[in-house]
Amino acid sequence: MENREYKTVGKSFRKKDAMQLLTGKPVYVDDITPRNALVVMLLRSPHANAIVQEIRTDAAKKVPGVVDIYTWQDVPQTRFAIAGQTYPEPSPYDRLILDRHVRFVGDAVAIIAAETEKAARKAMKLIKVKYEVLEAVLDFRAAKDNPVLVHPEADWFPPCEVGGDNRRNLVASEVSAHGDVDGVMADCDIVIDRTYHTKAFHQAMMEPFICYTELDRYGRLHVVSSTQIVFHTRRILSRALGIPKSRIRVEKPRIGGGFGAKQTAVCDVYPAFVTMKTGRPAKISYTREEAQISGSPRHEMEVRVRLGASREGKIRVMDLYTLSNTGAYGEHGPTTVGLSGHKSIPLYTGSLEAHRFSYDVVYTNLQAAGAYRGYGATQGIFAVESAVNELAEMLGMDPTVIRDRNMVKEGMVMPAYYGEPANACALDRCMEHCRQMFRWEERYPVRDMGNGKVRCAGVAMAMQGSCISNIDVGSATVKLSEDGTYNLLIGAADMGTGCDTILAQMVAECMDCRLADVAVFGADTDASPYDSGSYASSTTYITGKAVEKACTQLKDQICAIAAQMMGCEKEEVVFESTRVRRMDTDQAVSLADIAYKAQVGNTQPAEATATHSSPISPPPYMVGMVEIELDKLTGLVTILDYMAVVDCGIPINPALARIQAEGGIVQGIGHTLMENVTYDRNGRPIESSFMQYKIPTRLDMGHLRVEFEHSNEPTGPFGAKSIGEIVINTPAPAIAHAIYRATGVWHRELPITPEKVAMSLVEKQHEIQA
Amino acid sequence: MEIKLILNGRQVVGHVDADTVLLDFLREKGCLSVKRGCDTSNCGLCTVLMDGKPILSCSTLAVRADGHEVFTLEGLQGEAADFIGFIADQGADQCGFCNPGFVMNTIALLRENPDPTDEEIRAFLAGNLCRCSGYDGQLRGIRNYLNSRGR
Amino acid sequence: MITIQNYVRAQSLEEAWSLNQKRQNRILGGMLWLRLGKGSIHTAIDLCNLGLNGIEENDTEFRIGAMVTLRDLELHDGLNAYTRGAVRNAVKDIVGVQFRNMATVGGSIWGRFGFSDVLTVFLGLDTYAELYKGGMVPLETFVSMKKDNDILVRLIVKKAPARIVYTAMRNQRTDFPVIACAVSQLGGEYRAAIGARPARAMVIRDEQGLLSDGITAESAKAFAEYTAKKAPTENNVRGSAAYRTHLIRVLTQRSVLELGGI
Repeated sequence: MENREYKTVGKSFRKKDAMQLLTGKPVYVDDITPRNALVVMLLRSPHANAIVQEIRTDAAKKVPGVVDIYTWQDVPQTRFAIAGQTYPEPSPYDRLILDRHVRFVGDAVAIIAAETEKAARKAMKLIKVKYEVLEAVLDFRAAKDNPVLVHPEADWFPPCEVGGDNRRNLVASEVSAHGDVDGVMADCDIVIDRTYHTKAFHQAMMEPFICYTELDRYGRLHVVSSTQIVFHTRRILSRALGIPKSRIRVEKPRIGGGFGAKQTAVCDVYPAFVTMKTGRPAKISYTREEAQISGSPRHEMEVRVRLGASREGKIRVMDLYTLSNTGAYGEHGPTTVGLSGHKSIPLYTGSLEAHRFSYDVVYTNLQAAGAYRGYGATQGIFAVESAVNELAEMLGMDPTVIRDRNMVKEGMVMPAYYGEPANACALDRCMEHCRQMFRWEERYPVRDMGNGKVRCAGVAMAMQGSCISNIDVGSATVKLSEDGTYNLLIGAADMGTGCDTILAQMVAECMDCRLADVAVFGADTDASPYDSGSYASSTTYITGKAVEKACTQLKDQICAIAAQMMGCEKEEVVFESTRVRRMDTDQAVSLADIAYKAQVGNTQPAEATATHSSPISPPPYMVGMVEIELDKLTGLVTILDYMAVVDCGIPINPALARIQAEGGIVQGIGHTLMENVTYDRNGRPIESSFMQYKIPTRLDMGHLRVEFEHSNEPTGPFGAKSIGEIVINTPAPAIAHAIYRATGVWHRELPITPEKVAMSLVEKQHEIQA
Repeated sequence: MEIKLILNGRQVVGHVDADTVLLDFLREKGCLSVKRGCDTSNCGLCTVLMDGKPILSCSTLAVRADGHEVFTLEGLQGEAADFIGFIADQGADQCGFCNPGFVMNTIALLRENPDPTDEEIRAFLAGNLCRCSGYDGQLRGIRNYLNSRGR
Repeated sequence: MITIQNYVRAQSLEEAWSLNQKRQNRILGGMLWLRLGKGSIHTAIDLCNLGLNGIEENDTEFRIGAMVTLRDLELHDGLNAYTRGAVRNAVKDIVGVQFRNMATVGGSIWGRFGFSDVLTVFLGLDTYAELYKGGMVPLETFVSMKKDNDILVRLIVKKAPARIVYTAMRNQRTDFPVIACAVSQLGGEYRAAIGARPARAMVIRDEQGLLSDGITAESAKAFAEYTAKKAPTENNVRGSAAYRTHLIRVLTQRSVLELGGI
C-alpha cells in the first residue's frame, strides 16, 4: 500500500473557524441577521389527521404588531418536496406551503408574521380553527393498504419511479436479489429469522432550524439559512414559491450542527413566503419543541433478517425485508431505506452466495422523517450485525472470528453494493487492530463484579458510502490572489465537521503553500460553484477531488501566465510553490508577480473551477467494541469503554476524523440506551423537549478510543474515503450484543432502556420458576 | 422596568418587561455569544456568570439581574484564551454552537477548582450538552491545558 | 411561556404574603421552567432580598432558607457531614451546575413535584416546613397539604442520631429519577422515603419492626418487600408501575444493607 508523506494532508490542523467559534463570535444565522426582522411563527395542528374546515384570523390580525396571517387559501397550489436531493428527486412532491389537509400533530396550519415574538404568540392564541378530525394511521405496520389514506390528493406526484402509490400509503417499494436465495437458504444448516426495530431518533443538533429572508438590493429573495444544501434550497424555494432561480440567492453562515437534519429545507419556505408577500425581512427560528415535533428525524424501521449459515459459521445467504416509516411526508423515504440493505449485506461479501433485499416505505400520520447521519445504514446494520452476533452465540463461536471468516476483503466485488468494487478495504485489519487494542479475549467473557453487576463486551462492524455514485456533484473554485495566496470557493457546507479546513488542506498540499495562505468561502448560490451539498458523506471524497482537479488546472494557468512573462512556452516552466521557474535558464517569477500580472492586460484567468462526480461510492469500514457494566437488578447499562478502528482511507485531518468518530459513537450510544420516540394514542409526540428526549451527557458515554487503519482509495483525493456517517453505526449492535452477553436476552428494539433490561430478567426468572 | 447591572465590567441600564429573560436582554445588548438551545433549562448553551456563578440566562428573568454583575464570554475573552486553543487543537470546537456556554462553565470550574480530575471535569460540565464532539475531545483539551500549566 | 406583568422584590415577608393573596400573583422560585408554563402572572414576587439564601446550623437543627439553591445544599459541609453525603447524592445529578445554582429549596419543596430528589431526601430526615402564617409543619404533612397562599420560609432539619442513604435510578445521568429512595434510621426508627413513583414522595415507616432485630440480608429484603407493597406506583414515560415497584424493592434493599454496613 502506498503511503506517501504529505506536507499538509494527513496532519491535524485546527479548524479554520475554531477560534471564532470558541470565543463566541457572532457567526450564526440569528447573530448576523437584523433583530428587527418580522418574526414568523406557525400555528400547528393539534390533530394527527384533519381537514381545516374553517379558519378565522380576523381577531388575531387585530393584535398590535401583527403584520399578516396566512392560511391554506393564500398559498400557491404547486406540490413540492423539501428533501435536499439532486433533481429529479426520488422524494414525492407531496407538500404545499400550507395544506388544508393537515397530516400530523405539528403540521403547519397558519403562518403568522409580526413585529415581535410576543405579538405573534398572542395572535396565535386568537386564530380560530374548526377541524374535521379524521381517523389517523399511527401504526406503520398497518399503513400499507390501509383504507385511511395519508395522501389521498390527486396531484400527488413522484418525480422518479420508485414503486410508490399514494392510494396504498406507499412511498416506495422494491425487490432486488442476487443468486438463488431460496435454494441456498434451504441448503443451510442454520437459518436465523429475526426482526429488529429502530425509532425515529432526532439529530438534536444544538442550533435548531432557523432561516432569515429579505429582498436584496436587486429585489431578489436573499435567504440566509442554517442549511447543508444551499443549491437544493434555492431549487425547492423556486418551485414552492413559483419564482425563477435567478430571483433567489441562498447562503449559509456557520451552522450549529446538522447531522442530516438540515439536508431538508424544514423551515425556509415560511419566511420566504412572508418576505415575498410583505417585501420585508423575515425570520423563523424554531423552538426546541418545534425541532422535536416538526423536524426531520431518522426513519423508523423494522428490519427482518433471514440469515442462512453452515454449522462451521459460513454466512451463505441473507434475505432482508425493511419496512420504513416516512411519516406524513415522503422526504428521503425512497432513498434511506435502500441503505438498510445495500450498506449492511455487503459486509459479508466474503462468503455470501446469494442475497435478497426488499422493502416498503409507508406513510403514517406522524412527524415526517428525513436524513440523519447513517441514513438507513444505521438501521440495517443494527439488524444484520445483531443477527450475526446471534448466529455466533448460537454456534458458540467467537463473534470476531466468525466475522474474520465472512467479511468483505480488499479487491472483492460486492453484488449487494450495486456491484461496486472494494478497491480499498482494511476491514480485516480494523478487526485485528481493535481486537488487540480492546483486549477482546480478556473482556469478552462475562465477569461477575458482585452485587448483581456483571461486565462483558460486544462487537459490531459497519460500512457506509462516500457519496451517491453517479449523482453527487462537487465543485471547487481556486483563485490566485495578488500576494500569492489563494481563495477556495465551495458550495459544500461545513456544519462543524471541518470540511472548510480539510478542503483547504488539500489546496495547500496541491499548491505547496501554507494552510494559512488558503482562504475558504462557502456556501452561497451566487458565489459558490455548484455542489449538491454536504450529505451522503460526500464532501471529502467528491468535493475534495474537485479541489484537486481545480488546483491542477490553476497550476497550469499560473504556468501559462509565467511562461508569457518569461517569453517561453508553458512546457518549459515548472511550478515551485512560491514561484515558477524556467527550467533551461533558471529564470523565475514569483507567485506574487504572476498574480499581479494576472490583473494587468491579461487574458489568462488565474482561477480555476473544477467539477467532480464519481461512478462509485467507496465504502469506509469500521469495527466497534464496547465494554459495559450491567446491573442485573436495576437494568442500568454503564458504558465503560468504547473502542473503534476506522478505515476511512487516508484521513486528511486525523484530529477531525477522530472527533467525527467520537461524536458519532456517542450519538449511537444515545440511540441505543436512552433516546426514545413515542407518541400518545392521538399521535402527539411525547419526547418534545430536551427534558423528555434525553441525549447523552458527558457522564453517559464512558471512555472512547478511536484509531485508524489506512487504506488507499485510488479514486479519492489523496486516498481518502469518508468518515462522517459510518461512525454512528456500530454502537447499537455492539451494545445490544454486550447486553445479551450479560443477561442472556436479545433486545431487538431500540432504545434498550434499563426497564427493558431489568424486566426481561424478571420475566426470565418467572419462566424458570414456572 | 428599568434595570441596572454591571455587564462585562460596565454599568448598563436597560428597559425590560417583567418577563424578559436575561438571554434576550443580553443578546439585545450585543452579547451574541449567548445562545438558546432549548426552553427547558437542559442544554447549558446560555450559560453566563452572575455574581461569579454559572447560571442559565434562558431561565433567569432580566429583572432578577438588577443590581448584579453579569459576565458573558464577550467579557472574559482573556480568561478563555488560556485554554480554548487546547480545545481547538483537538478539533473539538466542531459546530461551535455549544462552545460559549461550555467555555463559560469551564471558566467557572477552573475558578472554583483549578486542578480538577477528569471525573470532576465531567461532573461540573454535565449540564453542557454537545451533540458533535462526543465530549472526549473537550476533555482532552482541558486536560492538555492543565498539564501544560503544570510544566 | 409564562407571561408576567409586574415584578416586585418584597421588602418583608408580610409584603410578600399580602401580595401573594391575589390569585394571579406568584412567588418566584428558581424559574427554571419559566418557558414551559402557559399561564399569566400579574405580579411575580421575589423573596431574594429577605435573607433566605443561607443555611444556618446549630446544635439541634439546620435552618435552610427558601432561597437556598440546590448547589448550596450540595456544597454545604455541615449538612453533608450530618447526612454522610446523602444530600449531595440527592442533588448532584440534577441537570447541571448551572441549574443547581438557580433551583431553590423553596421552589423544589413548594412545588411538591413528584420527581423531586430534594423532597425525597428531606422526607428521609426529620424535616419541618416553616410557613409564614402556618408555622412549623412536619414536611410529611406539608407534602399532602393543598397548595395555598402561604409562604414557605425555611426548611428545618432537626438533628437526631441519624443515618441516611440516598439512591435514585435514572435512565440518563442528569434526567429526572425513575425512582428516588432515601432510607434512614432516625433515632430508633427506620423509614424509607420513596419519590418519583411518579407521584410525589411518601414515607414508609418500619411499622412492623422488620428491622428492629438488626439489619441482615433477610430483614433488609423483608423491609424492601414491605416498602414496595406500601408505595403505590404508576406508569409514565420514564417507567412502568411494575418496573418502579421492582426498583423500590432493589434500591430499598441495597440502601438498608448499606445502612447496616453490609
